[in-house]
Amino acid sequence: MGTATRADAVPAWHQRRVRIYDREAPLGYFLLLPTLVVLGIFLLYPFLFGIWLSITDSELGNVGKFIGLGNYRFEFRNTDGVFYGAVINTFLYTGVTTVFKLSLGLVMALLLNQIFPFRRFVRAALLLPYIIPTVLSYEAWRWMFDPTFSVINWLLVNTHLVHYPGPNWLGVPANAMAALMIVNVWRGTPFYAISFLAGMQVIPVDLYEAARVDGASRRQQFINITLPLLRPVLLVVLLLSTILTFADFQGPFVLTNGAPYNSTQLLSIWAYQWGIPGGAIGLGAAISLVLFPLLTIVVAVVLFMLRRPE
Amino acid sequence: MAVQSTTQSGRPGALRPKVRKPRIGRVIGDSPAGRVIRIYVPLLLFLVVTLFPFYWMAITSFKSASELFDFSVSPLWVRDPTLAWYQHLLTQTNFPHWALNTAIVAIVSTLISLFCSVLAGYSLARLRYRGADSIGWGIFVTYLVPPTLLFLPLTFVIRELHLFNNLWALILTYPTFLIPFCTWMLMGFFKGIPHELEEAALVDGATRIQAMLRIAIPLAVPGILAAALFAFTLSWNEFLYALIFMNDSLVKTIPVGVTQELIHGDEFFWGELMAAALLGSVPVAVLYSFFVDYFVAGMTAGAVKG
Repeated sequence: MGTATRADAVPAWHQRRVRIYDREAPLGYFLLLPTLVVLGIFLLYPFLFGIWLSITDSELGNVGKFIGLGNYRFEFRNTDGVFYGAVINTFLYTGVTTVFKLSLGLVMALLLNQIFPFRRFVRAALLLPYIIPTVLSYEAWRWMFDPTFSVINWLLVNTHLVHYPGPNWLGVPANAMAALMIVNVWRGTPFYAISFLAGMQVIPVDLYEAARVDGASRRQQFINITLPLLRPVLLVVLLLSTILTFADFQGPFVLTNGAPYNSTQLLSIWAYQWGIPGGAIGLGAAISLVLFPLLTIVVAVVLFMLRRPE
Repeated sequence: MAVQSTTQSGRPGALRPKVRKPRIGRVIGDSPAGRVIRIYVPLLLFLVVTLFPFYWMAITSFKSASELFDFSVSPLWVRDPTLAWYQHLLTQTNFPHWALNTAIVAIVSTLISLFCSVLAGYSLARLRYRGADSIGWGIFVTYLVPPTLLFLPLTFVIRELHLFNNLWALILTYPTFLIPFCTWMLMGFFKGIPHELEEAALVDGATRIQAMLRIAIPLAVPGILAAALFAFTLSWNEFLYALIFMNDSLVKTIPVGVTQELIHGDEFFWGELMAAALLGSVPVAVLYSFFVDYFVAGMTAGAVKG
């Protein structure tokens, strides 16, 4: 939709302006220069250098020699399936949390779009998890998941939802993964909500009024007006969020760091463990580089699912 | 009026522009009881789940060491509030240094990112030249190369530049994830400024750069503020680069210092840890409570127009 409006807008003003100022190109490139320099040195170069590292036996602080696909071979074959576990966990973690964040975020946005007292305060409060430094709130969650003094379990036991002593959150594989997902959803939902809210606020009220006059129910209004007009926002938010979740490092690092027994191992954490504490930079680079094609696939899937219906 | 708007809705493209914030929300429940069930109860649930960890963080930080692990009485309240953890944190640890480092890094990297992305956003949104679209796409595609993918090769770059344990290592690397987002957000804002305004200035003899500095950029200030807020928060939160490039205790940032240095072996000093987490969260929380509207506006511009 954005492109259509832009294409419409081009001829009228563009022609006029070209006559006045026909040399926009030099200025255009000049203004891009700082951005391209920074991204070139600290993004493009390291990315390409990382590809080279992944086919060397480099260690911390010294570039090694070329060893072909040795790192990848080791990664795929000799790690007792940790690699495949990490890939599956990464997809599972991204998939499950995205579904929850999307639906809860939509509900939250619909609620915030209503009129009620203390609206500003409530909106700011619901945004907090997204704003507060991740590792700091994750420390609070780690304390809430404490094996012996978990306040969550205290609440669950005292409301008779579970028997004493309650689940061992971070010590049992399935629980640890669930805990990781719960906290990610807790942190990520506000981002979806605030973006959806922003998208909802630019939908003209007229549309709803017209729909009401025509006798549309609230559900029909939601499905036929709100959802379709939210599609551009949905696309951007889903893209950003899936990429960030897929490559998530800090939260899982603080909460479980892959434990217990690699059951919550993610590619990002595993790459760190080999690369920095383990010192095998080449292997670490090979692991993290696997993220790139996988991310591209994930992005392609998101783009495909949300392609413009035509 | 209703008739008019139905004819308008015949062409979806025409709906997009400029209808800003209807102040009237869509009323869901009609009766008061309906409103309670459909709005207040779910809102309350969201609020409780969202805020509980912060509440727990706060009351933990005021509990004495013995009270921390006493679950015989309800742990949801403090019986003997104490500031001992805060006192210890501020006098016996390097927390004040971490706070200062975090602030310096966040402010300087935000300024650098804003400088770059205001210029880039303007260039990509307002000027027409060969390759502008592909460069715009290229900047967006950098999202596919998150820090997780870059941190290992970056250790070599930082080492070549002799920047280990130097705040500049963070100030220079943070813009790699700040610039793309800010540029994308600002492009939305610049696209929303009517071309006629700048053209009028050009006709009156202003140069292109003057038109940009005097007209387009001042009009984009709300967007610049939103981008600044975003960049500041993201750099305040950053963890991975700071974890790897900063090993000396005095140059650490809050997230790294708190997670690495307030835990001794297997022993967790939860009171102190939560006090640090709370203090480390306050600046961004305060900032947000003031600027939450800019934040929403920024999301709108970026997501809807971009």
